[in-house]
Amino acid sequence: MSGRVLRVQDLSVHFKVHEGLLLNAKTHTLKAVDGVSFELNAGETLGIVGESGSGKSTLARAILGLIKPSRGRVLWLGEDLGKLDEEALRKKREDLQIIFQDPLAALDPRMTVLDIIAEPLWTFYPRIARVQVDERVRGMMKLVGLLPNQLNRYPHEFSGGQCQRIAIARALVLNPKLVVCDEPVSALDVSIQAQIINLLKDLQKKLNLSLVFIAHDLSVVKHISDRVMVMYLGRVMEISTQKSLYKRPLHPYTSALIKAVPVPDPRLARAVSDTGLTGDMPSPLDPPAGCVFHGRCPYAVKRCELEVPALRRMENGDWVACHRAEELDLTIGKPST
Amino acid sequence: MSLLEVKDLDVDFETHDGEVHAVTKLNFSIDAGDALAIVGESGSGKTQSMMAVMNLLAENGKASGKALFKGEDLMQMNVADLNKRRGKEIAMIFQDSMTSLNPYLKIEKQMIEVVMHHQGLSKSEARAHAMEMLRAVRIPDPERRIRQYPHEYSGGMRQRIMVAMGLLCQPDLLIADEPTTALDVTVQAQISQLMTELRAKSNTAIILITHDLGVVAGLCDRVLVMYAGQAVECGTVEQIFYQPKHPYTKGLLKSVPRLDQPGDTGLEAIPGNPPNLLSLPEGCRFRERCPKAHDACREAPPMQLDEQGHAWRCFLDQVDD
Repeated sequence: MSGRVLRVQDLSVHFKVHEGLLLNAKTHTLKAVDGVSFELNAGETLGIVGESGSGKSTLARAILGLIKPSRGRVLWLGEDLGKLDEEALRKKREDLQIIFQDPLAALDPRMTVLDIIAEPLWTFYPRIARVQVDERVRGMMKLVGLLPNQLNRYPHEFSGGQCQRIAIARALVLNPKLVVCDEPVSALDVSIQAQIINLLKDLQKKLNLSLVFIAHDLSVVKHISDRVMVMYLGRVMEISTQKSLYKRPLHPYTSALIKAVPVPDPRLARAVSDTGLTGDMPSPLDPPAGCVFHGRCPYAVKRCELEVPALRRMENGDWVACHRAEELDLTIGKPST
Repeated sequence: MSLLEVKDLDVDFETHDGEVHAVTKLNFSIDAGDALAIVGESGSGKTQSMMAVMNLLAENGKASGKALFKGEDLMQMNVADLNKRRGKEIAMIFQDSMTSLNPYLKIEKQMIEVVMHHQGLSKSEARAHAMEMLRAVRIPDPERRIRQYPHEYSGGMRQRIMVAMGLLCQPDLLIADEPTTALDVTVQAQISQLMTELRAKSNTAIILITHDLGVVAGLCDRVLVMYAGQAVECGTVEQIFYQPKHPYTKGLLKSVPRLDQPGDTGLEAIPGNPPNLLSLPEGCRFRERCPKAHDACREAPPMQLDEQGHAWRCFLDQVDD
């Protein structure tokens, strides 16, 4: 259970964005991910939450080396992935897998389930025997709750939830150690969403996987994460254990996100106070100076407009990037003052 | 008299694979000023039933039944008569604001067109009215914003524009099809709040189509739960959330991940998948996924109704299990 497997240090991904034509041409820098650091233990699940544009998907791709970071390092079992050449990085992918949001788009419509799940096997072990592949694929299908006799069917013959199970089987067929799940349940209906969350939780225990689970909604993440990281405009706002984050968030943005989740209970829903958030998320092309959240933060003071808060460790071991973290008590359910 | 009463609505689609039964014998009604939620998963028929009422079905779709709006049947009406009501007395907000706004036209043009047509206002009067609506949905700097194109707005703002457009003519009925689904939670909270406020102000009845039970709890008075094209349960929000009677409704409520419950326990998922609408099973359509299914469920269960007006389509009648 113990032991760091992944260390992300000061990771940044900046994109160049071109605007205008000829004489008016301008180039802006979009800081999709800006100075993100965190660690992940073996067998642990880290939830990453943030609204659209917060950089969570870019971060996921940068961790796996699918996008080249502009700055910073990703250490996998102590080895810097950025220093590896193409071929060495490809070999590492046996340990590092990803599951995408839209299962139908992630599966080749012209391949059978057998071919889809077996493809990673053929890629990494070209000389593997056909019978072995068949057996392994059948085993994977059973593991993720599919019927092995549906081996020769095509993705369009399955529902969204079943397609996500196929994608999970493909990601797990090589016995990876880390799986990055990029909004794996956002495209699914609630009843199916619960099936997939339970499946991932179950598989993680069985296979001692480390998971990075990305979502835009704190309620989904709560049921699967050991720790949760909250992102806003490419930066980390908070990294806390699941237990403390939902009880007493450290960052005002986390608190707003928690309050924004609608409660499926008519009496409670009507009593819920509003989030305290005003305005919209600023453009990532032109982020505010100081704390990126200060323009929408109900607790912002002068210092927040001038000085970027560093991500720092609190007494209880949680991390936060807020100047006022010590003085604010954002306990959920407590009336705000 | 109800504002809208839908009777025995059937919607079928002709496809290459055969006939898809999207909606089967749907009955419901909504009173003036009320808020009704239609809840169900993808393919349950919630959107298509409303498309049929608005006469907006795709070409291969056909609908039968009645949709009485203020006593007149919308489904028998010719397009000219229908157009006098659509946008004026009944408005609809669609899920994806980017595809329902015209990318080539400025927001101003798209907004004032409706008012000029229905209320016969002059261009400047219409613009003033549109601006007022933009202020009501809290678009900052409306004088400048109204001259912009849809792509210059953020997703949340576009959806607020959609709400503003829906309410321009102060309709008696607003049909909102997943108005917050594509939005981030914080923006979603803003839109829900906005709709509650506007409803209180203008006494507009709302039909909210959604799969998010959290939004329903905060916004609506009554709930209609659909499964595989049929209504399976209907009642007040309190009845549906606190005393659900249909096993599907119960399962749906349990499978929602909630912040106010400990996160260590697993979620209770409904096993299996919804049935194929091309070949619906005999008897109860939820039978194959139902924990309470028994032999009687091979027959189609009737809609039961108790004295409190709570209706459910199941042979069983137990609140607790």
